[in-house]
Amino acid sequence: MMATTPQTTRIIGSDGFELHPADETAMRKEMAHYEQPQAACIEALKIVQRRYGWVPDGAIGAIARVLGIGPAAVEGVATFYSLIFRQPVGRHVVLVCDSSSCFLTGFDELKQALVSQLGIDYGQTTEDARFTLLPVCCLGACDGAPALMIDDDTYGPVSPDDLPGLLEGYP
Amino acid sequence: MSQSVSSQRNSLRYRSRLLQPEAERRPDTHPLTWRLRDDGEVVWLEEYLRKDGYQSVRKALDEGDPQAIIATMKEANVRGRGGAGFSAGLKWSLTLQGGEMPRGYMICNADEMEPGTFKDRLLMEQQPHLLIEGMILGALANNSFYGYVFLRGEYVESARVLNRALEEARKAGWLGADINGSGFDFDIAVHTGAGRYICGEETALINSLEGRRANPRAKPPFPGQSGAWGKPSVVNNVETLCNVPAVILNGADWYQALSGDRTDDGGSKLYGISGPVEKPGLWELPMGTTGGEILDRAGGMRGNRQLKAWLPGGASTGFLLPEHLDLPLDFDTVGKEGSRLGTGLLAMAPQEQSMVALMRNLEEFFARESCGWCTPCRDGLPWTVKLLRALELGQGETGDIELLDKLAADCGPGLTFCAHAPGAAMPLQTALKHFRHEFEQGVSKPRGKAHQDPIPVGEV
Ligand SMILES: Cc1cc2nc3c(=O)[nH]c(=O)nc-3n(C[C@H](O)[C@H](O)[C@H](O)COP(=O)(O)O)c2cc1C
Ligand code: SF4
Ligand code: FES
Repeated sequence: MMATTPQTTRIIGSDGFELHPADETAMRKEMAHYEQPQAACIEALKIVQRRYGWVPDGAIGAIARVLGIGPAAVEGVATFYSLIFRQPVGRHVVLVCDSSSCFLTGFDELKQALVSQLGIDYGQTTEDARFTLLPVCCLGACDGAPALMIDDDTYGPVSPDDLPGLLEGYP
Repeated sequence: MSQSVSSQRNSLRYRSRLLQPEAERRPDTHPLTWRLRDDGEVVWLEEYLRKDGYQSVRKALDEGDPQAIIATMKEANVRGRGGAGFSAGLKWSLTLQGGEMPRGYMICNADEMEPGTFKDRLLMEQQPHLLIEGMILGALANNSFYGYVFLRGEYVESARVLNRALEEARKAGWLGADINGSGFDFDIAVHTGAGRYICGEETALINSLEGRRANPRAKPPFPGQSGAWGKPSVVNNVETLCNVPAVILNGADWYQALSGDRTDDGGSKLYGISGPVEKPGLWELPMGTTGGEILDRAGGMRGNRQLKAWLPGGASTGFLLPEHLDLPLDFDTVGKEGSRLGTGLLAMAPQEQSMVALMRNLEEFFARESCGWCTPCRDGLPWTVKLLRALELGQGETGDIELLDKLAADCGPGLTFCAHAPGAAMPLQTALKHFRHEFEQGVSKPRGKAHQDPIPVGEV
């Protein structure tokens, strides 16, 4: 791989969005793993998302410039994958597994408890911007069903009674 | 954060585990798990090497005959553990190499998202070097110059463990340029995904790896002919690759003998069970172990529940009945019963479970996860969900069940671009076959003139 010359131009997308220099560096590092820069697209979106919690509109163009591909290609990818958020989310994302083994072991009750305790349904964010609730495919934790993830942490089995204490850990 | 909050977080944290003590696991019978520790801690390089780690790579490099690796794998008949059961050796023998052909990619499918499946996670989280060792052998056999572990984004712990293990392997000279002084170059990167079940389909996986939307590609050309960036690419499941080191070290006959006279398929298998059973779990058992033996290991159904039906290997396999608990769970036997072995992780449904509700849950999954490329899948599955929801509420119309039959048939093998739709059809067809009366009970209305909104776009 060629040594990358220090980046002097700032990468600015639409809406005046400015890519954080550290994020651009991380993206360029990721690009080195692949034959073509486009392959770093999903990781680039995740890098932006790690910083802002979601992928703001302006980031699409900025990522496209770093990867050297069209913004439509980046947007196409951003909207395809369920864990790339194109709308703001809460400080913590709760992913509740709605697949079959969880369904067989109490998913309905767990989901109901989440909805009533958080006061939101799928795709919504609590008013204090603390939690966003989303469904997710089998978390590969079926021997601990029903399972859910909060941010990077996987929990299971989780009963409705466990929720208040568990959620408290995510201020 | 208060003490009690963090301790509750820790006690509820999910940890992948094998329900077999070290005393029961031996190198000659448990090639996949004998090195795992009872305390569930990661087997890092130092311990792995002490437990005969990387010996198969050493042997293969000494022998220097990639074709011999393929021949042994073919003879051992290691069948793909991602669910389709295709012989890994046969696949490798079809990978293009030599002549003008550029060196290609060795890709590990670690997208594990099949509902009911939790096996690959254990192998990656607790014993990352076995997978790396298997991938190096695969790369040698297929002349691959680079490898990717295509890992689902939610497996944060697997990513952490794998990345550290890759660094260890590089430092020790098992990866990188001139591996162990052999002149062979190969390295591996972890590629993490961002959701969507379809990424596990091997050609969709390649599109996703290239940074595109994960729509499957037409086959042929197969990945072994033209895969990632047009280069020959081998895609194998985590568990498949973890079988390779022991096969190369101990030979095809030893591998075949692991299953005894239970079945023609050789080897051992990570079998597991979930649903309302006493002790859901995971074990390494001889290929051809029966569902009954696995249910026994799990202590039977939870409470006084009776078993009604079970899925032998994920959401995309067909329902079996209690009478099938005596069958050896191998690819061909399960195939003859109108189902598939799939991933070999059982999900049990108790007597009181409504099959209509369970089918509704399964089809909601398939409808949501359709990539949207072909009509029977993109439009037929949401329609199926709509019919099932009505039947579940007892508001089905005359003819709805025949319509379900038809929608499922339209998703059958060969009618769509990939196996996602046939995977959605199989549980539905077997549920309609074995439990038709339950679906019929949901019909209460005469046929309406037409469905006002036959394709509930955006509803699922
Ligand atoms: C919709 C769909 C999802 C799949 N998901 C996975 C998966 O998560 N992991 C996997 O190993 N194989 C999965 N497969 C199977 C792969 O396409 C492919 O057959 C497999 O990775 C080949 O490896 P193997 O021969 O070692 O099993 C999936 C197939 C389909 C149609
Ligand atoms: S069968 Fe479904 S998932 Fe597969 S290509 Fe067609 S629409 Fe996509
Ligand atoms: S079905 Fe929920 S973790 Fe597997």
